[in-house]
Amino acid sequence: MADTRRENFFDVAAARRRCLGYRRRILDISQTVSALHIAPAFSCLETVDLIYHGLMRKGANGKSPDTFLMSKGHGCMAQYVILESRGVLTADDLARYCKPNGQLGAHPDYGVPGIEASTGSLGHGLSMSVGMAYAEKARGTGGLVYAVLSDGEVQEGSTWEAFMMGSTFGVNNLVAFIDNNDFQSLGRTSETHPSFYPLADKFRAFGWEVAEGNGHDAGALFEAVAGRAGKKPMVVICKTVKGRGVSYMENVPIWHYRAPNKDEYSKACEELKEVAS
Amino acid sequence: MRNKFADTLYELGRADKDIFIVVADISPAGSMEKFRKEFPERFLNVGVAEQSMIGICAGLALKGCQPFAYTIATFSLYRPFEFVRDDLCYQNLPVTVVGIGGGVVYSTLGGTHHCQEDMAIAGAIPNMSIIAPCDPNETREATIHCGSQKRGPIYLRLGKAGEPDLTKDAPDRWEFGKARYLRRGRDVCIMSYGIIMKKAFELAERLQLQGKSVSILNVHTLKPLDQAGIQAALAAHPHVVVIEEHAPQGGLAPQVKQIAWDMQARCKLNTFTLQDAFIHNYGSHDDLLAAHGLDTGKIYAAIA
Ligand SMILES: Cc1ncc(C[n+]2csc(CCOP(=O)(O)OP(=O)(O)O)c2C)c(N)n1
Ligand SMILES: [Mg+2]
Repeated sequence: MADTRRENFFDVAAARRRCLGYRRRILDISQTVSALHIAPAFSCLETVDLIYHGLMRKGANGKSPDTFLMSKGHGCMAQYVILESRGVLTADDLARYCKPNGQLGAHPDYGVPGIEASTGSLGHGLSMSVGMAYAEKARGTGGLVYAVLSDGEVQEGSTWEAFMMGSTFGVNNLVAFIDNNDFQSLGRTSETHPSFYPLADKFRAFGWEVAEGNGHDAGALFEAVAGRAGKKPMVVICKTVKGRGVSYMENVPIWHYRAPNKDEYSKACEELKEVAS
Repeated sequence: MRNKFADTLYELGRADKDIFIVVADISPAGSMEKFRKEFPERFLNVGVAEQSMIGICAGLALKGCQPFAYTIATFSLYRPFEFVRDDLCYQNLPVTVVGIGGGVVYSTLGGTHHCQEDMAIAGAIPNMSIIAPCDPNETREATIHCGSQKRGPIYLRLGKAGEPDLTKDAPDRWEFGKARYLRRGRDVCIMSYGIIMKKAFELAERLQLQGKSVSILNVHTLKPLDQAGIQAALAAHPHVVVIEEHAPQGGLAPQVKQIAWDMQARCKLNTFTLQDAFIHNYGSHDDLLAAHGLDTGKIYAAIA
């Protein structure tokens, strides 16, 4: 088998360094507001970083022909810090996060640089992604569409409609990542809604190509996407830890929407240093 | 109306490759079938899945297409309401949500198919425009407008089939956002829109038999409402009558009253709407309207 990885290489060590920086940046911003969706952002950070730095192609004019849609809108802090590092958003934009004169709120808003759709209400993103991907194909513009969904929003009926439509309309230029962290507002999904599983079989039955992997192992996710057959839309089920990277946030529901106090902040910074070495 | 819409859409689709139609399992009548055959890649049937119909239209529009979402009015607006609000209106995308059978025209199908609150609901959302044509000609004009504008989302309330031609001799032409006179007189002005316009004509005939000179003002664009046109009509006629196939709240009638109050209009003003009630009746469209109290004879008796 030909080794295509070298041509199509994703630098995992660099990604790890970037994500560490993003986590610290999000922590810093957490000190400027009363609350933010910190654990949801930490949960999908490696995935969103991979999409921007490993999957979306570079366009001639600097604008990618591909689209990223943050369906779990409340995870947008991950997107904001990445857009900042890429120069699409400014440090000033982030300094005014959730402030009266700012343009960045707790959910992404269409029209803000780098934001391709307004989300925040769960269960909208996959339908919009299907429509976008369909338009790319119908008009021959050749763009790929990447979306990140939460596991909670897969419970929405509208998400299942969109899964059905994605395969019906053959949008094989769409890759949806599920941030499968097993947590939603009222606890562990595997405990509250056991019949939600198995996921992979459901998506396969709906006509999607399915891959599963550790959502914090960007290299594995990259290979899963790079190795896809590409005849169908693809869903990548990412096993993740909500709050990943800060021990006291991991799998603790209150960190869904909360800002650390000073002590908690220092402790988190300390932990994120250790991971670096 | 359905057929005129389909004919017009087909014309638009031939000229403009960005015209898409996304239907939710509605049998493609008339030219819709031609559209589907000739432009299969621009005819999408999502099945009985109205939320994704709206979401997919939003995705298409975000990529520069000009989509129409199409199904029975209650299912195009009520079922996916939050998708209409967030995906189309909040993002302000040029998507037309077509509601077939607005009002109580599905008179034998029961309350699940009656769309009697749509003006209030669609009208409450920022960025949304609303057009309700009264006959096939206006349906054509409105559809052309919807297919060529980039202003934002539009809710297009249509009837079903077999509506009479009411605008052939209209002195004013159709223009988005501008009420038009279908007949000009001096004594009484009847304001209406949509397929209940037939009642406005019936009432006008009766009044004219009594020697009255009657205007009919067609307020086909409910949002943005032609405030100036309505003010002028209220100022120019000693008696204004609104006939509306919609709940008492949130439609044309209360807005005309509000305008009349604000301008301290001197005219007599009567409004006739559907009841604030689910009426468990069957029969013809006229039977349903009559069950709601919208009967030409009764209206005539009430205003005489
Ligand atoms: C339609 C809708 N219902 C409810 C909410 C409120 N809400 C925000 S996040 C969330 C659940 C969080 O769990 P999950 O969806 O799995 O996201 P994650 O674990 O990635 O944070 C809920 C119910 C919402 N944003 N949208
Ligand atoms: Mg979750």
